[in-house]
Amino acid sequence: MALLEIRNLRGGIKDQDIINGIDLTVDRGEVHAIMGPNGSGKSTLGKILAGHEEYEETGGTVRFQDKDLFELTPEERANEGMFLAFQYPVEIPGVSNAYFLRAAMNERLKYRGEPEISAGAFRRLLDKKMKQVDMDPELARRPVNEDFSGGEKKRNEIFHMAVLEPTLSILDETDSGLDIDAMRIVAHGINQQRTADNAMIVITHYQRLLDYVVPDYVHVMYQGRIVKSGRKELAFELEEKGYEWIREEVEAAG
Amino acid sequence: MEAIETLAQQEYKEGWVTDIEMETAPPGLNEDIIRFISAKKKEPEFLLEWRLKAYRHWLTMKEPNWQYMAYPPVDYQDIVYYAAPKNTPEYNSLDEVDPELLATYDKLGIPLEEQKVLAGVAVDAVFDSVSVHTTFKDKLAELGIIFCSFSEAAQEHPDLVEKYLGTVVPYRDNYFATMNSAVFSDGSFCYIPPGVRCPMELSTYFRINTAGTGQFERTLIIADEGSYVSYLEGCTAPMRDENQLHAAVVELVALKDAQIKYSTVQNWYPGDEQGKGGVYNFVTKRGACKGDNSKISWTQVETGSAITWKYPSVILQGDHSIGEFYSVALTRNKQVADTGTKMIHVGKNSRSTVVSKGISAGNGQNVYRGRIQVLKKADGARNYTQCDSMLIGDRCGAHTFPYIDVGNNSASVEHEASTARISEDQLFYCKTRGISTEDAISMIINGFCKEVFQELPMEFAVEAKKLLGISLEGSVG
Ligand SMILES: Nc1ncnc2c1ncn2[C@@H]1O[C@H](COP(=O)(O)OP(=O)(O)OP(=O)(O)O)[C@@H](O)[C@H]1O
Ligand SMILES: [Mg+2]
Repeated sequence: MALLEIRNLRGGIKDQDIINGIDLTVDRGEVHAIMGPNGSGKSTLGKILAGHEEYEETGGTVRFQDKDLFELTPEERANEGMFLAFQYPVEIPGVSNAYFLRAAMNERLKYRGEPEISAGAFRRLLDKKMKQVDMDPELARRPVNEDFSGGEKKRNEIFHMAVLEPTLSILDETDSGLDIDAMRIVAHGINQQRTADNAMIVITHYQRLLDYVVPDYVHVMYQGRIVKSGRKELAFELEEKGYEWIREEVEAAG
Repeated sequence: MEAIETLAQQEYKEGWVTDIEMETAPPGLNEDIIRFISAKKKEPEFLLEWRLKAYRHWLTMKEPNWQYMAYPPVDYQDIVYYAAPKNTPEYNSLDEVDPELLATYDKLGIPLEEQKVLAGVAVDAVFDSVSVHTTFKDKLAELGIIFCSFSEAAQEHPDLVEKYLGTVVPYRDNYFATMNSAVFSDGSFCYIPPGVRCPMELSTYFRINTAGTGQFERTLIIADEGSYVSYLEGCTAPMRDENQLHAAVVELVALKDAQIKYSTVQNWYPGDEQGKGGVYNFVTKRGACKGDNSKISWTQVETGSAITWKYPSVILQGDHSIGEFYSVALTRNKQVADTGTKMIHVGKNSRSTVVSKGISAGNGQNVYRGRIQVLKKADGARNYTQCDSMLIGDRCGAHTFPYIDVGNNSASVEHEASTARISEDQLFYCKTRGISTEDAISMIINGFCKEVFQELPMEFAVEAKKLLGISLEGSVG
């Protein structure tokens, strides 16, 4: 059984589907890149998978770790091992990043029937992960994302991922807004998390990230559907030719 | 916003009634009742006279109507002004106390017994109108500290009572304070002699139990020169359909170099979702920094009451004196909290800090009303006010009315305000990290209130956090 199996998924906001029938299978150990023009539904797919209440599935099925995903609350999905790195990370004023992560960690342990992590053990884990993703310790002390720069927010998402060690990470444009060095550091952080047991869906507009985080598959999303899938070479083709030929292909197919 | 729409649906946990025989006066307010109360309490003559003066003045006053709230008229003739447990109103040891009563305190988590001895808290518990038991009195007496019920102080330390009563809140002060001056039932009295640092937190718990009773306590705390005291006050009331009236007065006096820290965690019954029942909490709390270098801090966490109307204030008379006000007020259901502070700078280089955190959920309305007044002589006076509001859901409201009145050019007065809303996006973000909506809200609220919680004594801070957690529990779908 695959880690994630999406079958003919449809859904969106009230009275309007944004996702119009998606099939996607992700196995452990794989990295899938999703590309596609602005507004094609990439973030919406991530939000539906993670369980944002504003979005609703209207058809199809999703199985995650052999469970019906839509039977799980958003926090259960997270505690099962799903993780969404936000395109626009949210500020949580007054709550320190470290405190927040420890709360998240303990929720996860509780969900799995394991004892809470001690303050000391968590401290050590945090130190290790901060090094892994080259995170400024100061940012761990500050309130979650509050007054972080755009790039710092994105790096913080990867830091969260590193600490929580999810089995399926959906990274929504984590590379946008990063300077060249930061992009390399974030890519390194992502690669550090790659194992044979987990998988990633990487949403991006730039082939550049895929130079560092080499995907097993590349999918192109257009009007709420995956209209083309291929290997990493597809990303080069898109970089070179843009999306016009995809549009033409889709229209020709009717 | 469906997730946070259903806020405020959880039950009041302190809403039980204790079944003990009570001695109650007939309802109504007149000179006879006042004489009855005073006689019951074996008060000295001056106190009865003072009560009567207040009552006669009250008859000439009109109920205030300027506050941001509407409440059904209170029939002051329908209230019982005196209620006391019938059996043995005077206790020499805990064994004599009605076990039902002790069980009540147990439920409230007020350990009058060993646990509290270990915790080092002296407790004066006021049950309706009579002070039930004061622990630690002897230990405190060794240091010359007087900590007892107001009634006892009136009998045993009439000179101190006469010297300070009404010096901070005069009997003519305002409608509710004047009424309190006429009919006050009991309360706590505390005197710290010069140079003494009170070695433990002094604590009072108030509870309204009898149906239809008002609670009118009067608290008077005097910190003599160079002394220090930290005082805690906690309140609850049973759940009833009718409204209960709580019109208390607290007077603090800090002499030269003295410090008083006064903390309140108030959890009166707030009424149900429809706004039925609940306590009307009309309280006058004021401190006077009479001496140079004196300091008074008010810290309050208010989660209860149908209507709260309360402005703990400090009159900064002494040079270099300091006044502080740290407040968290939570309103949900149909609760209204109209609260804030007044800092009146009289002395040179006097300083005040105001940090107010208002949280509104459901249909709750939170009003901050603050006045910073700097008198002409107050050279170098400084005030900093920070007033933050947090809205949960979209049917609640926050309103800020700062009044600033500066009569001295060398004074500096700063005011900062902010309003935040817990957004669906924040909650979703937390959920994608595995944190439930309720935990997320309580985490965000605790973060929001951090500056105030830091001011509370440790065990009170824990209680306050729990209280906010409980108050918001189940309120989020
Ligand atoms: N809550 C919403 N209300 C109204 N329209 C929405 C909402 N969410 C998404 N949409 C619309 O659905 C479409 C897909 O949006 P989505 O954010 O998924 O695109 P995207 O592929 O992530 O785009 P980008 O590359 O710009 O991030 C857009 O047209 C967007 O305007
Ligand atoms: Mg997007």
